[in-house]
Amino acid sequence: MFELFDQLFVNLKHAVVGALPEGWRGLASPLISAAAILGVFASLFALTVLVERKGLGRIQNRPGPNRVGPAGLLQPLADFIKALTKEDIVPVSADKVLHFLAPVVMLAPVLLAYAVLPFGRNMVAVDFDAGLLFFFAAGACVELAVFMAGWSSHNKFSLLGAMRAIAQMISYELPLILATLGVVMLVGSLSLEDIVDSQAGHHWGWLARWWVFTPWGLAAFVIFLIAATAESNRAPFDLPEGEAELVAGHLVEYSGFKYAIFFIAEYLGLFAVSALAITLFLGGWHAPVAGLDWLPSWFWFGVKLAGFIVFFIWVRGTLPRVRVDHLMGFAWKFLLPLVLWNLVVAAVWWYSRGWAFAGAGILRWVGCAAMILIPYSLLGRALYTRHGLGPRTYRLVA
Amino acid sequence: MEAVFFYLFAAATLLCGFLVIANPFSRNPVTSAMFLVLTIVSLAGLFVLLHAFFLAAVQVLVYAGAVMVLFLFVIMLLDLQAEERRSFKKLALAGGGLAVVVIALLAHAAVRESPLGTAAPPMVEGSPRALGKLLFTEYLLPFEILSVLLLVAMVGVILLSRKEAK
Repeated sequence: MFELFDQLFVNLKHAVVGALPEGWRGLASPLISAAAILGVFASLFALTVLVERKGLGRIQNRPGPNRVGPAGLLQPLADFIKALTKEDIVPVSADKVLHFLAPVVMLAPVLLAYAVLPFGRNMVAVDFDAGLLFFFAAGACVELAVFMAGWSSHNKFSLLGAMRAIAQMISYELPLILATLGVVMLVGSLSLEDIVDSQAGHHWGWLARWWVFTPWGLAAFVIFLIAATAESNRAPFDLPEGEAELVAGHLVEYSGFKYAIFFIAEYLGLFAVSALAITLFLGGWHAPVAGLDWLPSWFWFGVKLAGFIVFFIWVRGTLPRVRVDHLMGFAWKFLLPLVLWNLVVAAVWWYSRGWAFAGAGILRWVGCAAMILIPYSLLGRALYTRHGLGPRTYRLVA
Repeated sequence: MEAVFFYLFAAATLLCGFLVIANPFSRNPVTSAMFLVLTIVSLAGLFVLLHAFFLAAVQVLVYAGAVMVLFLFVIMLLDLQAEERRSFKKLALAGGGLAVVVIALLAHAAVRESPLGTAAPPMVEGSPRALGKLLFTEYLLPFEILSVLLLVAMVGVILLSRKEAK
């Protein structure tokens, strides 16, 4: 019974492929995977937009969309029709080709990144030796798309927005990639399937053996989350689109469906990077405790992804936007040294795995946690007090 | 099938590489940069055909992602206009000719070493583990020298861009 539900989609695909004539199977198999990924995540995008607008409304004490359909449920459909039927305006002085290509270059690599993510047991489109690297390589193309959008629009706001966005993405890409390196180091593989497999099994027979339950894993997870938020230009790191100063950054000159494509790409990127966080630190499709193993693997993946989406909406609704110089200083002066040090701690964790005396497990955990927390607090204090400022000072200018 | 892709990617690489330096339609630096991106991506395609997936991913991540974005950043910051057509200087021509001769000699030596079509299929199946082992054992010295070179470049940049202390 468990096998039936757990492998439901895998078997479904095999059945469809098996029903096709021999010559078509090689072509059909990847196409079906791609169609499934596209369908599922595009619908998730529609749902997320609605949940986000409702959730933000709730946080800001207003009802949110509630006119279209019962309780506003058909709002995504209305948005979709609106985006499709709006006039598509291309500025006269714009570089027409780049202006047209930018949304395409934005969306295509994000979709490619989904190819290597394991969504459940045996549910990965391509099990790829260098899967993690492929994911980041696809993500790197997004920066190019942002530049193309900003530059081709021939608008000072979009150029400024693109410059901010690219500077931010390059700065936060470093902690993002370095945070994943600890896991790669301990697993010894770049394949996301292997990384999920390495998190099978349980501590003390019930708690899942996820990397987030180790001190360096927890630190890397938090850093990864912060960097991922900045990388996908979400609040509180949404300066590239700071409407108060830049109108909408690199998106100023986009309208109609091109704008919608940027929007879709941004959300799909957010889902992809959340899925990567789940895969690396939260055990992929494994259940959190041993007693809940009877639920299908894709269900667990979906629950974790939904948790991430709610988390990101919550953060967007509650945190104010960061200032530009703070943003850069935070990435280079704080996150980067911390994440490099975290690699050392991960190495210590690896070499202390053979400890076998009484209380070794606790000593190992506490020791590694102290190795992270002490530099964290020292570095934080040093950065705060560098200019003779206390933790927080307010100056009134007469 | 693989041969078709090889010729496709090879032609794309050559064509885009040509358009980077001598685009008859546009003298805009951004257009050149975009064609350089296409060149890099087609090269990554050739790596994939050699089953060097790791190298292909690194190629796109490092060159198309980071390095190109830095190029574009410079273009944006300096606000370069379309480059004017200018006459060649004698020294530049001589340097270019020298470069062509050196590259031709290198290519000749490489072809003589292993004539076209006879080279053995790649030994390393592009697995990151094998590549890492090779880098840190057999090619350790060149690897370290390269990293020192990068460090020197980094120190140089910091020195150049540092503001004078008042």
